Amino acid sequence: MSRASRGGGRKPPAAPEVGTVEDLLSRAHAMEVEAAERYDEFAAQMELHSNLEVAALFRKLAGIERKHADSLASDLRARGLPVSAAAPLGTRGKEGLETDSGESLHYLMTPYHALDIALQNERRAVAFFTALVEGAGPAELRELAKEFAREETEHVELLIQWLARTPKPAKDWAYDPDEPRMPE
Amino acid sequence: MTPQPKSPSSISIAISGSGGAGVMTAGDMLLEAAALAGCYGLMSRTSGPQIRGGEAAALLRLAREPIECHGDSFDILMAIDWVNTERFAAEIPLDAQSLMIGDPAQGSAPAEFANLGARPLALPMKVLAKKIPHGRANMVALGYIASLVGLPATAIAEAIRRSLGANGDAVTASLAAAEAGRAAAQGVDCPHRLAPGGNDRDKRWLITGNEAAGYGALKGGIRFVAAYPITPATEILEWMAPALTDVGGVLVQAEDELASINMAIGASYGGTPALTATSGPGLSLMIEALGLAISAEVPIVVVDVMRSGPSTGIPTKSEQSDLNIALYGPHGDTPHVVVAPNSVADCLMTTQWAVHLAETMQVPTLVLSDQSFGQTRMVIDRPADFAFAGQRKIANGDAQSYRRYALTESGISPMAIPGMPGLMHTADGLEHSERGTPSSQAKDHLAQLDKRKRKLDAADYGRHWAEVEGDDEGDVAIVTWGSCTAPAREALAQARADGVRAKLISLRLLSPAQPRRLDKLLAGVKRVLVVEQTHSGQFHRYLRAEYSLPGQVRALYRPGPLPLRPSEIHRELVQWSGS
Amino acid sequence: MSVSAEALPAAKDFKSDAKPVWCPGCGDYSVLTSLTRAFAQLALRPENVAVVSGIGCSSRLPAYTNCYGFHGVHGRALAVATGLKVARPDLTVVAAGGDGDGYSIGGNHFLHACRRNVDLTYVVMDNHVYGMTKGQASPTTEPDWDNALAPGGTGVRPFNPLVIALASGANFVARAFSGDVVGTADIIAKAIASPGFSFVEVLSPCITFRPEQRGWKESVRPSPVATTDDPARAARRIMTDDGFNIGVLYHGNRKPYQPPIGQKRKTLSEIEQGFAL
Repeated sequence: MSRASRGGGRKPPAAPEVGTVEDLLSRAHAMEVEAAERYDEFAAQMELHSNLEVAALFRKLAGIERKHADSLASDLRARGLPVSAAAPLGTRGKEGLETDSGESLHYLMTPYHALDIALQNERRAVAFFTALVEGAGPAELRELAKEFAREETEHVELLIQWLARTPKPAKDWAYDPDEPRMPE
Repeated sequence: MTPQPKSPSSISIAISGSGGAGVMTAGDMLLEAAALAGCYGLMSRTSGPQIRGGEAAALLRLAREPIECHGDSFDILMAIDWVNTERFAAEIPLDAQSLMIGDPAQGSAPAEFANLGARPLALPMKVLAKKIPHGRANMVALGYIASLVGLPATAIAEAIRRSLGANGDAVTASLAAAEAGRAAAQGVDCPHRLAPGGNDRDKRWLITGNEAAGYGALKGGIRFVAAYPITPATEILEWMAPALTDVGGVLVQAEDELASINMAIGASYGGTPALTATSGPGLSLMIEALGLAISAEVPIVVVDVMRSGPSTGIPTKSEQSDLNIALYGPHGDTPHVVVAPNSVADCLMTTQWAVHLAETMQVPTLVLSDQSFGQTRMVIDRPADFAFAGQRKIANGDAQSYRRYALTESGISPMAIPGMPGLMHTADGLEHSERGTPSSQAKDHLAQLDKRKRKLDAADYGRHWAEVEGDDEGDVAIVTWGSCTAPAREALAQARADGVRAKLISLRLLSPAQPRRLDKLLAGVKRVLVVEQTHSGQFHRYLRAEYSLPGQVRALYRPGPLPLRPSEIHRELVQWSGS
Repeated sequence: MSVSAEALPAAKDFKSDAKPVWCPGCGDYSVLTSLTRAFAQLALRPENVAVVSGIGCSSRLPAYTNCYGFHGVHGRALAVATGLKVARPDLTVVAAGGDGDGYSIGGNHFLHACRRNVDLTYVVMDNHVYGMTKGQASPTTEPDWDNALAPGGTGVRPFNPLVIALASGANFVARAFSGDVVGTADIIAKAIASPGFSFVEVLSPCITFRPEQRGWKESVRPSPVATTDDPARAARRIMTDDGFNIGVLYHGNRKPYQPPIGQKRKTLSEIEQGFAL
């Protein structure tokens, strides 16, 4: 694993612990659930900081992820597999792929910024599934991974189009004439 | 609800909005513009728990005469947006005569405001701002308000230039936006207008209580400050940091309050007048060291900018509940001095006086300011200069028989400063003999306790110990202190209109108590109303313990976070006078 | 959030409904997530975990968890945590706070907590600034960082908490980075699992007062050397690194301090005999 490529505690996308189709379905479902929760958390931060426009957008993104999760949950049930509401422990969820930890949020961020975060998330998901396709797993697993990669690539396309329709942030988007406060 | 009589010539304005809206900036500019136009005024701030973003409001009051507190209600509420504004409902009382201005693009007012009967006005700030390159809604709001209340456009323009001067583009944009606001106000009928007035701005200052305290310390001769940040006192320390350097002094950031008080004691022992500033939680930590300084007779000043307690409490809100700990904090019998400013401007003189008292009597002096003074910016008349002549009595002469804690008539013993040959001694928190050597002897303990008390009791505190106003012939008196003084004063004015004749006594010197002097002031008074902002009536209990109060006594007290309003006190006065 | 008796709590079951007031972009959000993941990874239950803090932005954390929380006074979290753990060794006790709270006013307690080696975990979210009081230097701030209280900088060398921890006897010393949520969760889980005093310093950017810290994610790297159980070697490494090596830097074998509790050896009347004539 090259450390030199990009500095930071980053590793290229790995595919640990996904050995079977069942593993992949569970993981994909967990990823969607976690993404939905993450967007909801971001929305809550925006609401508390009075950025209602971006809060609504994050809620929308959460809703989309939840729909994906529900569809995967149906697949799991159809195969008689357990549907866990939370990411399986000891595995790396989307965070393992450096899902945005929230550190690029800003209380004055614009919808463009939010969509960009979503785009990066989807790109990372594509990379995750692509690594599985190119990996050494069973054929069935790689086929399913290919399908997921294709779906996520569609999401990437949709987000790119959405971004194109969204006004870019003004140069002074982060400008706040008021100084920070001392709440405690 | 019948509207309370307001001071006819003041206008109270609240500007609210969320992150990025720049309400504080607009408020600061409005206050400055009013000052430049020759008005008096004040501005305080309130906000949610976020460090940036989230809901915030600037609360202003402007007038042609000096005003020192917020009134009973707000005449104008300008909401740049309505996000979470209802959280301020208790702090921004409106009534049927108020104007409530909102941006139609930002939705409607929350019920808490909409149901108060105020007159709604629409100002499309967002749209108007967008028409101007880099235009901002808060500047549109600023221009609109200024026009409504009769502040000249030139004053607004000057305030904008002073605030944004370095940034030419921002100045242009802001001037244009303010002009758009001003234009939008044409034809709007506003019953609240500032009377045209003279221009004495050259004799006025724009200052906060914290800055005033810092400057007072400097004027009093403080040249060493130990600092540990705490809300709402940090601004004193941040103001003093460069100012001290400018006058050859020094500020050291300490690791905590225990360190800051002990550092200040060390510097003072070395001969440099020293100070630290803190709030309730910090003062609690400093109590042991205050006892040390009292016992060792080391001068030191501690400014306590009180906030709502107990414990971590409500750090951004005011209260007067540190009185007990200020008076009684250290263990043992520990006479010391406690003073309290009664206004933002008074923070300067009172802190300067505190330095004088501490140095003269070689004793810790606490200055009880509070958040409502510390963080409120006010237009004041340039304060008079006070030349307090207080200085340490420095030892000289006979090295053979130098006794650091000599029993003098005044109780004040000449102090040797490190470096002076032959006068070496060890300052001590242990009880000691006149020489300063530790002693467990009964006679020494009594003699030193007597001396440390005598030096404070024998002192003449002069005319500053209390402020007295109002009607000498009245048989009602309000006794209060600190930030309750201004609302009590306005209550008195309101009550006078109802035929109540009362006097106002505001204590600046809280400890040592001055019972004989208060007796004189209360001669002929039959009813005493004690007013304070605590939950347990700390000041009332203190007065009961130390003073004899004549006739009937009532106490009006409640805790923070909301300020006492003139009308509350007025109501109490009128009710009581009638019965 | 209700958790069934059978199912083990997931990470999100350790988060409360309270909405953090931290600025969006603050590293502490990630640390909260890492902490809750660590709890879940260790199969802990919220009712058996206590989170103790002092005062500051990071110290707001306990209320954002679903555990038993204690939001104490400035700098005293370790003292409270020590009392709690010694009296209740059955609990998992985590102390949390910032660099101002922990290394400045809390410095003395930090030293002695490392020395005493009670089985606790101390997570410090270090952003080299006093954030809550609007931007003063903290003990880990660079000496030339200009701020209102110390114009031009304090001119005072920053404190090296990891070396102090080692010298004072901490049994587990690690450095983490908030931006690596899973990595930090793993480190915290190891810290909690390790007996004795475990100290995890998490670099957690303050994007309001130190916006340049957004660049930390480019500077951090996994530690190039393996964990050692030799404190002197660990100290040497830390004193010569640039502050960005992430990982468990020291893991020792000291026995934790835990006086026996609950063992009765005498009755009161037996004790009373000592006064009888």
